[in-house]
Amino acid sequence: MIKQISELWRWQVLWADWPKFAVAFLKTLEIAFFALALALCLGVIFGLMSTSHNRLLRGIARVYVEFFQNTPLAIQVFFVFFALPYAGITLSKVTIGILCVGTYTGAYMSEAVRAGIGSIPKGQFEAAQSQGFTYIQTMALIILPQTIKIILPPMVNQMVNLVKNTSIVTMIAGGDLMYRANAFATNGTMSYGPSYLVCGILYFILCFPLTRWARRYEDRLKQRDVQTNLEIEKMEEELV
Amino acid sequence: MTAFASIFTSANLRYIMIGFGMTIKIAAVSILLSIIIGTVLGLIRNYDKFILKYITGFYIEVFRNTPNLLWVFVCYIAAPFNSVFQRVCCAYVLFTSAMMAEIVRGGLNSIPKGQFEAAASQGFTFIGTLWYIVIPQCFRRIIPTMMSQVITVIKDTSFCAQVAVGELLFNTKDLMSKLYTYTGHPITFGEMCLLFGFAAFLYFILNFTLSCIMRYLQHHQERGQGVGQN
Repeated sequence: MIKQISELWRWQVLWADWPKFAVAFLKTLEIAFFALALALCLGVIFGLMSTSHNRLLRGIARVYVEFFQNTPLAIQVFFVFFALPYAGITLSKVTIGILCVGTYTGAYMSEAVRAGIGSIPKGQFEAAQSQGFTYIQTMALIILPQTIKIILPPMVNQMVNLVKNTSIVTMIAGGDLMYRANAFATNGTMSYGPSYLVCGILYFILCFPLTRWARRYEDRLKQRDVQTNLEIEKMEEELV
Repeated sequence: MTAFASIFTSANLRYIMIGFGMTIKIAAVSILLSIIIGTVLGLIRNYDKFILKYITGFYIEVFRNTPNLLWVFVCYIAAPFNSVFQRVCCAYVLFTSAMMAEIVRGGLNSIPKGQFEAAASQGFTFIGTLWYIVIPQCFRRIIPTMMSQVITVIKDTSFCAQVAVGELLFNTKDLMSKLYTYTGHPITFGEMCLLFGFAAFLYFILNFTLSCIMRYLQHHQERGQGVGQN
């Protein structure tokens, strides 16, 4: 591996193929972007469902979350790719990637949303109701904006997982970044060293800013909480 | 029902179960090793004041921000082991120990600094403090998070199908490609559902049991009883 990376001619071979890598990288971005949109939608919808008073809705949300959290993404992708054509549904590989990764991450997102809504005091729902807010207004104008602060770090971590999970498309030869790197590594000159290194760096560039930001945000939040706690203590002392 | 009987003959069932056993074997080895290595890395990352801190930090960031599948491919080709099983396990240990280190670090950060001072005043050495005081508390706090990582590892063992390791998903897929020889007619949608449904069911049972244990532990922890506290 290290020997390969130090050999210049292998990098020249890789450089000759850069348009293919660029196309694959864009494909990964495309899958990640649309899957993220899908996951956010599903996360909010199922998160709201799992906090509703209706038993049936809660049950559906529970089943969705448990199913997708406890079975591998690979098996879901394989099912859609191999089995659905027999039922007359043939999807493109990128669509399969978006759908599967989106619904899979949606389950994790909905858990984050559920935890966020759970952390808002009950009194706020009652207060909103007493002021004549409808359910949708309460959620959209009062509850969800407050939860954003709490659920943002876990959501960003899920976003990182989503980007990493788009590599699952490789298993159905979907032509994403991981697939291109692996195809390059196992064909022709067998230059797996440079190929995997470049692939890793590209994924790292996508994910690292997100994890960094999530950690910073979380630390800031904790610090701010310490400050507000101190302020509250001071106020209490003054009042006594 | 006849479709069920024709697919799941005893030989096929055994073939799937061998795959399931392989999945559990890979997951168990990887999880055990990565918990140990992850704990050591987490401790170094948090308490070392010299260069090791940055080295472990670099390691953790690299593995946290790249896909597991990449490491399966890399280790499958380049890891210095003879058997495929060891090479694949190596990939999961490398990847998961970084995740575990992050989790352990979170647990260590939640332990108040005063405990170190208190232990020092009682004559504990630094290592003694870690072993007898900090690590037990840390583990009690991070068990739920760790369990969800364990479930992720079990799910991710399905990546091995890509490098032809005979685990559950690979054997299921292999069976699928030979299915018509058992049923005597082209595959139908129902049979596909049965086959993949069965594999998904096996994964689900294993993971769901673990997540139920996790929830039980979490519940006890919230009530302040602490499992294994004694």
